[in-house]
Amino acid sequence: MRIWLSVALVTLGTSLMKASGPLALGERRLPPVALRMAALAAPVLLAALIVTDIGGERWADFEWTRLAGVGVAGVAHVLRAPLLVAVMLGIVATALLRLPIG
Amino acid sequence: MSEGSQTPPPEDPGERRRSFLDGVRLGVGPGAAAFVLALTYGSSAVAAGWGITAPVVFSMFGFSGSAQFTLLAALSSGSVLAGVTAALLINARYVVMSVALNHSLHGGRLRRALVAQTLVDASFVVAHRGHGRFDVAQLVGASAPQWVFWVSGTLIGALLSPPPDLARTLGLDVAFPAFFLVLALGELRGSPRAAAAALLGAAIAAGLLMVTNPGLALLGASVAVLVGARGEPLGEGRERGVG
Repeated sequence: MRIWLSVALVTLGTSLMKASGPLALGERRLPPVALRMAALAAPVLLAALIVTDIGGERWADFEWTRLAGVGVAGVAHVLRAPLLVAVMLGIVATALLRLPIG
Repeated sequence: MSEGSQTPPPEDPGERRRSFLDGVRLGVGPGAAAFVLALTYGSSAVAAGWGITAPVVFSMFGFSGSAQFTLLAALSSGSVLAGVTAALLINARYVVMSVALNHSLHGGRLRRALVAQTLVDASFVVAHRGHGRFDVAQLVGASAPQWVFWVSGTLIGALLSPPPDLARTLGLDVAFPAFFLVLALGELRGSPRAAAAALLGAAIAAGLLMVTNPGLALLGASVAVLVGARGEPLGEGRERGVG
């Protein structure tokens, strides 16, 4: 019962948060200053997500093998590898680094 | 209450379809990684006594990996209130994303709110066209395969219970941060202000992560959008050379 109650509450809450922009603003246009800030939401969250995905809560999930894989993907992309190829290279690099050695 | 005409001229359906399909293609990568995470989620939920139906229903309607894992962990040791609060805090970033996305949506409140339900991190960043504009068809397209992979992965994980460290062994925990890094490299090229805001956001997230969870760190990082409070108006024609 508590599982279903929690699932329902989280689902409803998430749904309301996803709808919050349209529900609060509708067709109204944000003032220019707010638009300039909203324009930065994607790059800011993108950068922050990289950090939280690498670190986890209180940096407890940090592993150098993951950081290395992310670095490999970044370098591969700079060397003009397409998006999915770069990500795959990062995944393979990390998986190889984690192979038990010896 | 509609002021001004922010709704651009309707795009032609062929272009929208192309955008949608582009989105589907871009969503397959993160979707595949989400599939393996979902296997872990489904099997962990069964192991925690959730049964098979609850995690699958949660994946279908909640569609949020971080919140689902958080609730699973929090409920096993705490109250419903604590678990729900923790899971919703993880998702609080959706408020920021939803406000940013609204500018690119069309139609009335309800229609916009429905389309906004397809928001997930990877789709939000994939569909950003710069200057706060989003390609909505591409956003919806990118979410579609992720949803299918996430739900089917949960079901298969719940039924088969694969080893819990499968995703880690395969290196798949790299998929999302690597995907986001590659997108960031493209997104920040040619926009010094976006780069400054992104660096500030990353630094705030890194600092907050020392004392709290990713949800609060992401929420705190969003104050970096204040970098946009000053500066030149959003203009067309400021795009630098592409590619």
